[in-house]
Amino acid sequence: MTTQPIRTLSGKNIDEIELQQILSGELSAEDLRISAETLRMQAEAAEKAGYRQVAQNLRRAAELTGISNRELFEIYDQLRPGRASYEQLLALAQRLETTHRAPLTAAFVRHGAEVYHRCGITRKAE
Amino acid sequence: MKSKRFEKLAERPVNQETFINSWPETGLTTDDSPDDPRPSLTLENGTVMEMDGVAREDFDLIDHFIAEYALDRKTAAEAMAKDSVEIARMLVDIQVSRATVLQWTRGCTAAKIVDIIRQMNVLEMMMGLTKMRARKTPANQAHVTNRKEHPALLAADAAEAALRGFHEIETTVGVTRYAPFNALAILVGSQTGRAGVLTQCAVEEATNLRLGFKGLTSYSETLSVYGTQRTFIDGDDTPWSKAFLQAAYASRGVKTRFTSGTGAAALMGHSEGKSMLYLEARALLVTRGAGSQGSQNGSISCIALPESLPGGVRMVLAENLIAAMLGLELASGNDALASHSEMRKTAKLMLQFIPGTDFITSGYGAIPRYDNMFGGGNFDVSELDDWYVLQRDMQVDGGITPVKEKQVLAMRDRAARAIQAVFKALEFPPITDAEVLAAVSAFDSRDMPDRDRVADIEAAQRLLGGPLSVVDVIQALEKTGFAEIAANIFEMQRQRAIGDYLQPAAVFDENFKVLSALTDANNYQGPGTGYRLEGKRWTQLQDLPAAWEPRSYLKSLAGSGTKKEWLTEKNPTTAGSGPEVVIAVSPAFGTVIHRSIGGLNLREVLVSLMEGIRQEQVKVRLVRIYHTADCAFIGHAGAGLSGSKVAVGIQSKGTAVIHQKDLAPLENLELFPQAPNLNLDTYRLIGKNAARYALGKPVIPVAVKIDSTARLRLIVQTTLLQYHENQLVDPRRAPVELILRGKEQSL
Repeated sequence: MTTQPIRTLSGKNIDEIELQQILSGELSAEDLRISAETLRMQAEAAEKAGYRQVAQNLRRAAELTGISNRELFEIYDQLRPGRASYEQLLALAQRLETTHRAPLTAAFVRHGAEVYHRCGITRKAE
Repeated sequence: MKSKRFEKLAERPVNQETFINSWPETGLTTDDSPDDPRPSLTLENGTVMEMDGVAREDFDLIDHFIAEYALDRKTAAEAMAKDSVEIARMLVDIQVSRATVLQWTRGCTAAKIVDIIRQMNVLEMMMGLTKMRARKTPANQAHVTNRKEHPALLAADAAEAALRGFHEIETTVGVTRYAPFNALAILVGSQTGRAGVLTQCAVEEATNLRLGFKGLTSYSETLSVYGTQRTFIDGDDTPWSKAFLQAAYASRGVKTRFTSGTGAAALMGHSEGKSMLYLEARALLVTRGAGSQGSQNGSISCIALPESLPGGVRMVLAENLIAAMLGLELASGNDALASHSEMRKTAKLMLQFIPGTDFITSGYGAIPRYDNMFGGGNFDVSELDDWYVLQRDMQVDGGITPVKEKQVLAMRDRAARAIQAVFKALEFPPITDAEVLAAVSAFDSRDMPDRDRVADIEAAQRLLGGPLSVVDVIQALEKTGFAEIAANIFEMQRQRAIGDYLQPAAVFDENFKVLSALTDANNYQGPGTGYRLEGKRWTQLQDLPAAWEPRSYLKSLAGSGTKKEWLTEKNPTTAGSGPEVVIAVSPAFGTVIHRSIGGLNLREVLVSLMEGIRQEQVKVRLVRIYHTADCAFIGHAGAGLSGSKVAVGIQSKGTAVIHQKDLAPLENLELFPQAPNLNLDTYRLIGKNAARYALGKPVIPVAVKIDSTARLRLIVQTTLLQYHENQLVDPRRAPVELILRGKEQSL
């Protein structure tokens, strides 16, 4: 579906990756991760086919490729009910925006923070 | 007074179930609670100010999420103004494409969606589902688990499930800490059975995510969403946390779908007085708003709750249809035990089976029920042949492929040996040859040796927490002679980096070609369009393990019959005289057919008839009729030759008649149409009665056993025997006299 080569997160051309490189230890699991660029390309394809929300999810996913597993867990946990205060959620959004260059996810979290606040599911002050 | 019929009915399996009246205040109502809102929407400058009767300032978490992310605010005003009946008709109308319907539904609120669905009956919903399903090619998903969490058995079962054509296989655990091993075992097993099968291990989110990140699983459908805020909170999540989690999975190339279902909120006591379907519509809008490509719904584990209510099964179909009309991939339930009654269970299945969904069941037990750790499951291995027959009967693709025992054994052996090799290479607790052997032929985990569970759990945690990943698995397989499995798992990883299978309704075929809503979009618009079960796939689904070739039927019978000629033909016969009984046999009797349909040796049948006749001191004459193969006409022709005017007519399949010359051909003295129920004693009595008719003595008709299943079991064989009988009919050939060779008493 695409003309450009698909590159993995570590920049390898997907068409040039071979089993042999895995066996020789030349490539690791990290070299087989999907890249932000590829996820955005998939988002375009989804959007074009009429799946607007699927596309948005893939764009947010693209922003998360650079975030470590551990930090993803932490962010997920903060978004669960009653875990973070309104201010902490806003700070999280800020961090996503500036440190992780994840503006879509940041906006999503910011909107969530407003709603959590209004609906009373932010962490209560100690 | 008590009715014996009511007493019997009360014992029927269906009466083990609970049936109640609706009680809307508690959420125990299908789709029409008085508290369900009427559809409404107020937009101001693109902002939702009011939705389904709730003002923006009163929105809960879910309202906010739907208003912001799920509703297409550009088309909403028009969609909401459209008559619900008209949209319902579009769902049924083959002239209206799926894409057109999606344009209308994307602007609908939850109440509007329910209002559309309320206009439809079950048949119309099935039509809707056939058209609105995202992927053109239907598929199915399997459960592979076992009580011992035995890795060799898991691998073997996953291989078999893959061979049987399941596109997704999910496992789960009894003990959470086993999860990494279970995920590993079904990964190796599935890629042994068929390349490109997607796998998941259903455990709590943190572990699940780690398994996905390690490359041990390729999809996740554990993301539950609900229709009320309090249910969400009880589930310790929000639409935002679930949406984020999903994006996290996608960021590692893992496919996800959300899970919801009618009854969940009522079960948890948080229905807020709303109907089940309305709340499910909200959950599905959250699903779409979060950008999930799909949904597993259809009440799932709550199935018995909607089924207790009037219209409950209709509603479960309705929720499936809602998922599809929101453009979501649909794994349509049928996974949790839906009834004690086989009739009810199957009837419910048909609502998804006939229209076809992206996954007809969201978990078919590819293991015995005993081993199903997803709460027992609805269908399991013991019902596979029933499933195959239903597919073949209706020419419907239910997503499961018939296979032969030999293939299954080979594949199970390969998978069990592969996981054994992986365990050895990665220094996990060894899997012995005895365990491999047991796994190949096992029925369930009771056939498996016990393992050291402490050591397994310890090693499984090492896999989860340590540096080992799918790459080490690939290397281990390659080095130990399982190159093809290594290659398949490697390709799964490569596909994760490509991400085509993150698109809606994506599965892989056996060549890693992605079939999704983008590459294999459902284009159903009536006859001649959409998915058609034909060609190679139809041939495959016809090939039941139990199906046989009718052309070789006679050959299969010949093996069990007498080879030596035992009936010799003499000259054309003439009419006899005096008290005799003629036995008139059909053209194939004792020539090409030597056994009755009931399995009796025809020579013994003949001798029994003769013995019965001679008991009454009456002579017997044997003749063969060539001009007809019809039992009545054979008997009548024999009677015409008989000195007493009485004859027994008999066909190769064993059907017999006692006839008399003066009767019309289709009349008779006694008829024995159910040949399978006749034994040698019956034939002896038939002979005896014929002789007594010949002598003019009083006769008590022969009593025969009545077996109402005989026709069901043997109509095919009857047809084939009649065919071979007819092949030997010669209309111009006169009856011939026969001699029975060999001693009668030697039998």
